[in-house]
Amino acid sequence: MSIQIFDDNSTVTASRGTVVVSGVASDAHTWNLVFLQLMIEELGYDVVNLGPCVPAELLVAECEQHQPALVVISSVNGHGYQDGMRLIDAVRSSPELVATPVVIGGKLGVAGELDEGSAARLVSAGFDAVFEDGAKTIVPFYDFMAALPSAATPLPARTRVAV
Amino acid sequence: MNACLPTSTTGSGDKNPVDFGEFVRARGGRGSIVAQPRMGFSDPSRMREGLIATKNADATTVGTLTLDSYTRVGDHEAADTALREGLALNGYPIVNHSTETTNWVLDGVRDDEFPVQVRHGSATPLNIFASMVKLNLNATEGGPVSYCLPYGRVPLQDSVRNWSQCCEMFTQLQDRGIEPHLETFGGCMMGQLCPPSMLVAISVLEALFFCHHGLRSVSVSYAQQTNLDQDIEAVQALRALCAELLPTVNWHVVIYTYMGMYPVTDHGCERLLSTAAELAVATGSERVIVKTVAESRRIPTIAENVQALEHAHTSTRVVRPGVGGSTELANSQTYQEARALVHAVLNLHNDLGQALLLAFKQGYLDVPYCLHPDNAGRSRSYIDGDGWLRWGEVGSLPLGHLVAGGRSRRITSSGLLDDLSYVRRKYDEEPSALAVGV
Repeated sequence: MSIQIFDDNSTVTASRGTVVVSGVASDAHTWNLVFLQLMIEELGYDVVNLGPCVPAELLVAECEQHQPALVVISSVNGHGYQDGMRLIDAVRSSPELVATPVVIGGKLGVAGELDEGSAARLVSAGFDAVFEDGAKTIVPFYDFMAALPSAATPLPARTRVAV
Repeated sequence: MNACLPTSTTGSGDKNPVDFGEFVRARGGRGSIVAQPRMGFSDPSRMREGLIATKNADATTVGTLTLDSYTRVGDHEAADTALREGLALNGYPIVNHSTETTNWVLDGVRDDEFPVQVRHGSATPLNIFASMVKLNLNATEGGPVSYCLPYGRVPLQDSVRNWSQCCEMFTQLQDRGIEPHLETFGGCMMGQLCPPSMLVAISVLEALFFCHHGLRSVSVSYAQQTNLDQDIEAVQALRALCAELLPTVNWHVVIYTYMGMYPVTDHGCERLLSTAAELAVATGSERVIVKTVAESRRIPTIAENVQALEHAHTSTRVVRPGVGGSTELANSQTYQEARALVHAVLNLHNDLGQALLLAFKQGYLDVPYCLHPDNAGRSRSYIDGDGWLRWGEVGSLPLGHLVAGGRSRRITSSGLLDDLSYVRRKYDEEPSALAVGV
């Protein structure tokens, strides 16, 4: 079950940038966010973990402040589609966040998996990728992370953000 | 939706509802359990159908109105939009539906043989309590800590104030001759990986908080963790501390079937639920919140809930009661840790709400992996080789004399995932492999 991320992540010294991890407005779950934080830190990024139940306005303000390399939205309570649609509008309305990569993943619909049309609608609304819950989700997510432009150009080391 | 509206509002409002606590204590315990689902639907007809199915299940049951998560965070506008657009919510929006509609849902279903509890999870529940008082719904759950820290961003100080006000609002029912009942959610903190002594301590403290605010009928929760023997020890500690500290005899214990990453196989789900029922019987606990075989995948159907209620009920028949009560268990490590935590908090301030705030500020209470800004975040937990949940780091918890120090290990995402999925893996193993160990 264990997922090996890097053979030796202690060699990663300089931060690759900041990633904002966040739940959605109505979702109280946090283990997904704790896991994502650890995993993304192991990939060499600093993580600002906004925790659960994050209103869209707060997400926008935090993103404007941190100018992250990536925003990872995670939702498992079944409202991910609805909350995701609301928050991406708010994010893309900010002139500073028009081009910031934003992805969403988890269990996004009340009935389990989203239909194909819903995932496509999330993308047309402004998400860069949608990662639906499943055993193999982690692989495309790693691929996505590896393809981030900032990963190729490490930024100077900076102070880690405490959990 | 109009087809669902009642033709009359008489019925559930006519007669005072029974005390949820007395009802459960009369039927549960001594080897019997009252089984309860975590069911909630946004459509009133479906909600009513779910309650009727729960009532008719072949088990002693109580009903549940689980609210949706927009209502939980107080975003009644979003709930309203979803209702208008016909989007399904993950629970019943009690504030948005009219009193007439909810009375119709309950009419002829809720009675002396079938009390109904409202479940929500809100740190800002004033509107929810106002709706409940209006509807004579006299049983709910939560707590200033357990409905705040794990789930959101509401400052603990606000949650303590909100819950104080809500308790006072709820006890107004007593003036109408109705006994309000409150259950602590403190025994379920984070769903998984919280060491049992912390769960027991917060559950006891929240029950005391309720009693200090005038509640006379309470229950204390404990969520099944990673090892049955440790869980039995924990529930005995919970019972001992309640007997010592609560100023009422009208209390009972509710066991939650595992709240963490749930098995994906049917046999794994069923066996985990059976173990929860076994825990209840072994400790004389009165009520069990069930989980279904669909738990790991989606919101369960009514039929899956009924199946789980009946499975829990059947499981109690094959278990013998009576591990409980031994002096050895009463002085266990879990008891001593929980007692130390509870008394350290009680000694901080005469007002328990203030004491709780100080306790979190000073790290006397510190929930592992909890991201809330008011949680110190210095404690850590792990699962040891025997499957017991242990403290990895105690931070400033007043447990230095009870927990061996020196252990410190780096938490990695894969290590965390291993611990988070420990129960799933253990119960999803082939039944034959499990049978060897029995």
